[in-house]
Amino acid sequence: MTDVQLYIDATSFAPELALAIGAMMLLLVGVFSGDRFSETITWACVALIGLTAFFVVTGGAGRVLAFNGGMVADPFGRFMKLTVLAGSALALLMSLEFLRDEKLARFEYPLLVTLATLGMLIMVSANDLIVLYLGLELQSLALYVLAAFARDTVRSSEAGLKYFVLGALSSGMLLYGASLIYGFTGSTNFDSIASTIGASGMSVGLMIGLVFLLAGLAFKISAVPFHMWAPDVYEGSPTPVTAFFAGAPKIAAIALFLRVVFGPFAGAQHQWFQIIALISVSSMILGAVAAIGQSNIKRLMAYSSIGHMGYALIGFAAASPAGVQGVLIYLVIYLAMTAGTFVVIMMMRRNGQPIEDIAELSGLSERDPTSAYLLAILMFSLIGIPPLAGFWGKWFIFLAAIDAKLYWLAVIGFVTSVIGAYYYLNIIRLMFFEAPAQEFEKPLGTVNAILLAGSTAFVLFFVVLPAPLVAAAQVAAQSLFK
Amino acid sequence: MEIGIGHYLSVAAALFTIGIFGIFLNRKNVIIILMSIELMLLAVNINLVAFSSFLGDLTGQVFALVVLTVAAAEAAIGLAILVVYFRNRGSIAVEDLNIMKG
Repeated sequence: MTDVQLYIDATSFAPELALAIGAMMLLLVGVFSGDRFSETITWACVALIGLTAFFVVTGGAGRVLAFNGGMVADPFGRFMKLTVLAGSALALLMSLEFLRDEKLARFEYPLLVTLATLGMLIMVSANDLIVLYLGLELQSLALYVLAAFARDTVRSSEAGLKYFVLGALSSGMLLYGASLIYGFTGSTNFDSIASTIGASGMSVGLMIGLVFLLAGLAFKISAVPFHMWAPDVYEGSPTPVTAFFAGAPKIAAIALFLRVVFGPFAGAQHQWFQIIALISVSSMILGAVAAIGQSNIKRLMAYSSIGHMGYALIGFAAASPAGVQGVLIYLVIYLAMTAGTFVVIMMMRRNGQPIEDIAELSGLSERDPTSAYLLAILMFSLIGIPPLAGFWGKWFIFLAAIDAKLYWLAVIGFVTSVIGAYYYLNIIRLMFFEAPAQEFEKPLGTVNAILLAGSTAFVLFFVVLPAPLVAAAQVAAQSLFK
Repeated sequence: MEIGIGHYLSVAAALFTIGIFGIFLNRKNVIIILMSIELMLLAVNINLVAFSSFLGDLTGQVFALVVLTVAAAEAAIGLAILVVYFRNRGSIAVEDLNIMKG
């Protein structure tokens, strides 16, 4: 019997096992071969992530519990795992050139990204508070080191230190909430917590526990009022790390957030609805307003991502399969848009230094028309102009909110989109209607050019063939509401 | 007077609050922030062990051990980042953490 169980555990979590074993083997290879092979190891990590994705796709259907109910493999988890893996692979590929130019090409970089990805996969499949915490910490510990990866610069190490202090604070709050939830339900398993809440409702202690847990999770997706780390960490970290932060970790944290509110706390919807609606509205407003005064493009992207997390949270508040489906579609589209934008940000270099001032994009349409037009498409998509993908992401979410009779949330979302359009349009104005600034050092490298073209093509042509993504997101969302 | 679960929870809540205030009110040294974080995690452990004993359920103690292990790893990484920061900045005063204004 135990052998059978072990077999189920191992086969349903083949992706995690493959990633863990592969990362450890590549770590050994890195230690013995040194930094000369860092690019080889990066490609090996991308291949490993591909293999993991292959295991996710081929690994059975339906809902399977493993490791004594501690982890769950279901369509929702598989969808999120694929999205997270795509985010990590994109971040690794786009980092190659930048790290080479900055002389940061050390073998630890791809391995830290891979280990953080492993943490994210565990977060996505958590079905127990202990597993949730372990996955979150594995991810966070790797991310703290990544933020401080340019260890000879003050800015990067300051970003790492700030991220560490505030991240540890949020882990502490999340853990305090978890301890109260355990104490007042008598179990750490999500299914037992759900049945206890279903049977005896929410006590005050559970309510406090839920608030702390949500505060910790809101920190990880940098939603207002727990966003204060994001602009500094985005600005200080090396740009490829920022690109990674903006993608995969947010997606994994949103997945965990969805799991928690629609799993163990599905019976407490009245309680968490108010919290999530408040976080969502304040994130949208801050994301739209605070970005206007920014002159550093990485800081601007930080506020942009805060705003986008606010839109994603509208889908939570709708509390329906359609709402969750909207969130999932939104996340995939958001990933493509930010990846493309960061490729252009990494191109901004002069005299061997990365430059981050928005004004440096002036007149890009004359210096490098291809990049300027592609970036303009991405900016229009971030605003949400039809028929680009960013519009459809918002469309599904606002539609779910309207179906749930949350008209005010949809209206606030619409208004903040219009306000937020100002700073995206400002970038387009600089690129097309201002006198050209000095040339950048060099054009995009091959890999980055392919990534930029690919993400823009996705944004541009999503409207032609939306069905596969929409259908997959629907299956995934429905599996969350068993 | 008998010591019940409420007393343990009160102690843990007090320690946790002291930890949070230690992070936000401290203007002197980043090491104090690391100590405050440790204090928060230990408050959580008191909670977990008290609940575990009160419920007669071992999961809480397993959780506490996991938290202890992760806290050690977290402290190691925090101190490593702090050393890197000190090498670049020559100071670990909280008010010097201001290269980027946030």
